[in-house]
Amino acid sequence: MNNNNMAKVKKVLWAVVKYASLLLGAFVSVLPVVVCIITAFKSPEEYAETNVMDLPKSWTYFKNFTEAWDQANMALAFRNSIIILVCVLFFAILTGSMLAYILDRFKFFGNGLIRNLFLFASLLPGIAMQVSVYQIMYQLNWINNIAGYIVLMCGTDVISIYIFIQFFENISKSLDEAAIMDGCTYFGVFFRVLLPLLKPAIVTVMILKGVGVYNEYYMANLYLQNKNWYVTVATSLFKFTGPLGNQYNYICAGVILTMIPALLVFILCQKQIYSGLTQGSVKG
Amino acid sequence: MKEKGNFNFLKWIKSAKVNKVLCIITFMLVPLTLLFVFTYLPFAKMIGFSFYDMKYIGGREFVGLENYLEVFTRDDCFRALKLSLYYIGASFIQLALALYFASLLSFKTKASGVFKGFMFFPYLVCGIAVGFIFKFFYTRGFVLDTVLQWCGFELDNLPYWLRDTKINNFSVAATSIWRYMGQNMVLFIGAIMSVDSSLYEAAAIDGASGWDKFKYIIFPSIKTIIVLNLILSITGSLSAFEPPYVITGGNFGTGTYFVIMNKLAHESQKVGLASAMAVVLLVIILIATMLQKVFFRYFFGEGEEEAIRTVRKRQKREALEKQKMANGGGVS
Repeated sequence: MNNNNMAKVKKVLWAVVKYASLLLGAFVSVLPVVVCIITAFKSPEEYAETNVMDLPKSWTYFKNFTEAWDQANMALAFRNSIIILVCVLFFAILTGSMLAYILDRFKFFGNGLIRNLFLFASLLPGIAMQVSVYQIMYQLNWINNIAGYIVLMCGTDVISIYIFIQFFENISKSLDEAAIMDGCTYFGVFFRVLLPLLKPAIVTVMILKGVGVYNEYYMANLYLQNKNWYVTVATSLFKFTGPLGNQYNYICAGVILTMIPALLVFILCQKQIYSGLTQGSVKG
Repeated sequence: MKEKGNFNFLKWIKSAKVNKVLCIITFMLVPLTLLFVFTYLPFAKMIGFSFYDMKYIGGREFVGLENYLEVFTRDDCFRALKLSLYYIGASFIQLALALYFASLLSFKTKASGVFKGFMFFPYLVCGIAVGFIFKFFYTRGFVLDTVLQWCGFELDNLPYWLRDTKINNFSVAATSIWRYMGQNMVLFIGAIMSVDSSLYEAAAIDGASGWDKFKYIIFPSIKTIIVLNLILSITGSLSAFEPPYVITGGNFGTGTYFVIMNKLAHESQKVGLASAMAVVLLVIILIATMLQKVFFRYFFGEGEEEAIRTVRKRQKREALEKQKMANGGGVS
């Protein structure tokens, strides 16, 4: 009897601890962003007078957003970011899946070596490499050149290759052979038979790579220095580091604006994002 | 073909062997060119640069090992490496929290989707936005101070979170926990979910407590992925860059090794010295990676490889089953 009671108390206690910790975790995760949202709706006077945690007088005060949109030139920033995103995703997925097709389907001299080259490349810290990549980009005259930046970002990363290879491994080879028997070329096998089957893997890579490219700040800042023309969503916020550095009502509005697309994608494709991350990690 | 006297190019192209070679070459051309131009060429150049006194433009002068000597004698370079300890500490906390929340959220929990979503979302926020958010968060009298005042602290007793050199590295490193904990958590949840669920059922029948379940089922089955993340986080901590770069700009003693390297390379244009710094850290990272591999192999035996093999086997089995289903669907 007593034992039973003890067990019950223990169970309740554990439930309390469990939910309390979850609530705390969620609170800490959203607090910095929520305060940003609150501040984004405050007029300059209100911002100066009230505590940051006080709710704004009106939730329909949008002047900070319009101001931030203009100040940071976000119309252009979104246009540039979309161009970059679409091109990079298209080429990176095409070349990445082609490479994975070759590495998975054909045995040839150097197959393992190529895999290892990509693996080793992922060990090199990106920031360190930019010292000399910058020089190469400079010699190619690709600084302040969107096309050049797109090419740079298209470089295949080891994670997307592994996701594609994993996927190819699960597609039976008899499918290829049947297509070849029917007179298909190896190119045809890839484009007509395998690529359409690859859709789930493509979505995964698209999300992983898309988030990375959209959020890329350091490289965008380094290679697209002319902020009047080549600003991206991530670098558009750079504007606020200057004389506007203390007017957080504008800054927060800007931050929220850049976050909206990510938030939308997250809400719409939560499942794919989670499964994509999980797949990407089991790279062996 | 020969009777006709002309060589049929189209047929030749379409012959399986040629076609295969052609396919391999064309499909690999672009990715390998990119890999070469933007990874291995810069890598080689970087090593070359490290022996010169040079800027991006203009002449260069061969100085031998002088840059390397400077890396080891300058007081800002190696002191900066010590800051990695803060980030290593942070990543341990991050992994522990992620593991804790992942084991909670993998089992019946109310509103688990909401909790998961809230904790994961920071991962999707872009670096510089994180910078602004936390500059704001830590400003004197703003968010963090207000929350602490609610808890009964006096504002006068609170430090300046980003300026006080005793505490600011903790503040900055903490932001990387905020940003990446959710991502680790999602990885761990995925790993826990892939454990054979009959194990949990068996454990439940045996009356195992939550802690037993964690200790005897969850932990051993996802050991590999934990170790993998541990290795990644240590190398990641050595090359910590973004949090201090966007939050403090490396001021007030928060400049990590790469922040200093970045400053030298792009502001002072000491390309040679920056390259030497990059090479030195690269060697350290490679050594650290190898040491960790040896260390973990020693501790876990062949555990890592074994786990990878089981995953592969399972995938193969599943693929086979799928095939069977597809082939024999009508029969069964």
